Amino acid sequence: SDKIEDELEMTTVCHRPEGLEQLEAQTNFTKRELQVLYRGFKNECPSGVVNEETFKQIYAQFFPHGDASMYAHYLFNAFDTAQNGSVKFEDFVMALSILLRGTVHEKLRWTFNLYDLNKDGYINKEEMMDIVKAIYDMMGKYTYPVLKEDAPRQHVEVFFQKMDKNKDGVVTLDEFIESCQEDDNIMRSLQLFENVM
Amino acid sequence: MAAGVAAWLPFARAAAIGWMPVANCPMPLAPAEKNKRQDELIILNVSGRRFQTWRTTLERYPDTLLGSTEKEFFFNEDTKEYFFDRDPEVFRCILNFYRTGKLHYPRYECISAYDEELAFYGILPEIIGDCCYEEYKDRKRENAERLMDDNDSENNQEGSMPSLSFRQTMWRAFENPHTSTLALVFYYVTGFFIAVSVITNVVETVPCGTVPGNKELPCGERYAVAFFCLDTACVMIFTVEYLLRLFAAPSRYRFIRSVMSIIDVVAIMPYYIGLVMTNNEDVSGAFVTLRVFRVFRIFKFSRHSQGLRILGYTLKSCASELGFLLFSLTMAIIIFATVMFYAEKGSSASKFTSIPASFWYTIVTMTTLGYGDMVPKTIAGKIFGSICSLSGVLVIALPVPVIVSNFSRIYHQNQRADKRRAQKKARLARIRVAKTGSSNAYLHSKRNGLLNEALELTGSTDDEQHMTKGTSLIESQHHHLLHCLEKTTGLSYLVDDPLLSVRTSTIKNHEFIDEQLFEQNCMESSMQNYPSSRSPSLSSHHGLATSCCSRRHKKSTHLPNCSVPATRLRSMQELSTIHIQCSEQPSLTTSRSSLNMKSDDGLRPNCKSAQITTAIISIPTPPALTPEGESRPPPGSPGRAVPSAANVVKVSAL
Repeated sequence: SDKIEDELEMTTVCHRPEGLEQLEAQTNFTKRELQVLYRGFKNECPSGVVNEETFKQIYAQFFPHGDASMYAHYLFNAFDTAQNGSVKFEDFVMALSILLRGTVHEKLRWTFNLYDLNKDGYINKEEMMDIVKAIYDMMGKYTYPVLKEDAPRQHVEVFFQKMDKNKDGVVTLDEFIESCQEDDNIMRSLQLFENVM
Repeated sequence: MAAGVAAWLPFARAAAIGWMPVANCPMPLAPAEKNKRQDELIILNVSGRRFQTWRTTLERYPDTLLGSTEKEFFFNEDTKEYFFDRDPEVFRCILNFYRTGKLHYPRYECISAYDEELAFYGILPEIIGDCCYEEYKDRKRENAERLMDDNDSENNQEGSMPSLSFRQTMWRAFENPHTSTLALVFYYVTGFFIAVSVITNVVETVPCGTVPGNKELPCGERYAVAFFCLDTACVMIFTVEYLLRLFAAPSRYRFIRSVMSIIDVVAIMPYYIGLVMTNNEDVSGAFVTLRVFRVFRIFKFSRHSQGLRILGYTLKSCASELGFLLFSLTMAIIIFATVMFYAEKGSSASKFTSIPASFWYTIVTMTTLGYGDMVPKTIAGKIFGSICSLSGVLVIALPVPVIVSNFSRIYHQNQRADKRRAQKKARLARIRVAKTGSSNAYLHSKRNGLLNEALELTGSTDDEQHMTKGTSLIESQHHHLLHCLEKTTGLSYLVDDPLLSVRTSTIKNHEFIDEQLFEQNCMESSMQNYPSSRSPSLSSHHGLATSCCSRRHKKSTHLPNCSVPATRLRSMQELSTIHIQCSEQPSLTTSRSSLNMKSDDGLRPNCKSAQITTAIISIPTPPALTPEGESRPPPGSPGRAVPSAANVVKVSAL
């Protein structure tokens, strides 16, 4: 019975974000946009913080046919800058500010951070494999053409060929940014979600 | 997708930036947000009670009254609010549905009134949340039964059944005696004969009168012939009934295994066995025993009595409790019998000769019968005997209410378990439908989306009404997200319905660097190994069959290049257009460039399995096109694909 009471206590943890003005100053959103974001955030997470389970559940709702849990896990780690297992509204909105309103440099750095699973400053092939497999998992089983066994590996090879300039087997942040800036597709697709808010 | 989560769509789309460096192909364009207006509060006046909510809250469910433009019919210009002349209490639940995504059913509400309100606001009852769904279904079923009873009593004399086979009508007559008078007659006749048979068996053994010789004869032997005739008649009726049931049963194997049929068989078997066996002295003893089984005929009454059936069923389901009662009784009997035996061992002429002999005393005492044929004589025996009778009351009285309450509990539990099982099946079906619905919606919109974009390219406003009914902004954004995922991985969603499987995207106005480089990129990223014989201007991805939809959209398709000025076209490199050609016009293919011929190769004569291949083409000059007319390919331009007649839908995919 002690455990149950502990659990009840944990669920009543509440977190209130900083004031609207501070957030407006720190991010690239207007007050109205922050209001809309917060209302949506609070609706799904009334306690004010998202834990990884809720995060995965929310993200999985957008991909009903596949398994979005791994990618959501990596996303969560990227959002959770303090690495304490919960994402507050401030973290959430900072990341969104970078992704939707940031400069290309900032976006690329955020993406690099997402790919760098162990946060050591280098992307190696294993990390990339995990990311690519997580993305493929989101498609689910029923796809056309049917996913081949070595498709993720090939995808990773292509990626490394493009990104790894000095062919040392890892991709550093500078290599990453440089290679992405050379690729028009990527540049264009980074601007894709400008008008999301 | 739950409405509340729609608010997180911006986040999911932003997170998609994480796919971009991994993707090898360009992404489709994001849907434009037409009519983007600031969120505003709208006032809903329901019979005088004012509710206020954000407009976007209501727009989460565009296929309901409040979420669609239907609510404009209720807009009051003077007061600038939406007025509904409906029940405000139920409206509270409905508005909460928009807010939280869960529809609740208040217990105090009348089920038909609630249903009416749901129908008015265009909300399907199936989305009632799990917390209230069981209650809702129960009430609905009760209501339906009540309505059905009313209807039945109204048109009781209708009797116009849909044409059932003779066998089915017979089975119905057997199972429900109230369906026709013949069935009712049959029901009563069999009941009467069961009663006659049972009474016969009983009266057979009554001694009636003496025969000279001072011997009391039972009636059965005195009027042997009469009883034999009666018995024969009853058995004949029962046999005929059994055979008729066997004939009419929908599943004979299951019928044979059912309890009632076994009772029937056991009831009539002794007679036939008796017929077969002659008056053989050896087996007559066994024959007499067989007659005992005739008493089973009384169980045939259970077909006539609902209560008996329920009792039998609950006994069966209460078997463990009964077993426990028996076990504890056995324990107590053994204990007390042992004690009494040793206590009475000393006394002379004691009836307690052995422990099993003491069982009888213990049972009689514990059930407070007390026949008195076995009585303890020693003091110790009397003490233990009184303890035995006291504990007997306890041991027997305690489990009985438990069993009784178990009866009702198990009975209700069984009902609830069936309900829950049906609800679970329905819930799973709902989830499945929602899932496939969302992916079907996505594929639908892909197919429609390309047409919309094609129409937008032409820039002609009068084609606006040709555009299919727009999906909501949230849906289009969600679909765009899924589309980006497809692009990133180079795969596409597959759904069983071939009509809906199409990979599409249109790329317009992109200044691509170099056709060759782009080809190379796509060649590298292609997941299949394509025959190398294809020309380098082809980067083929196998698409899915979709030709039938192209046929349907024949009339409304405007080809992108129609009214676009030449200069624009020249700078526009239309990349990788797919031609879906129906087999109706095979002749067109021969005059085309290799691209089209390749695409025709993939075509089957049957439209349904047409394959789509892609190609990179550049269109330096605008071809002379009309939507319905044929077109001639401009001579001498290699690798140019010319969208042709109306039954070719230009779908570009990469």
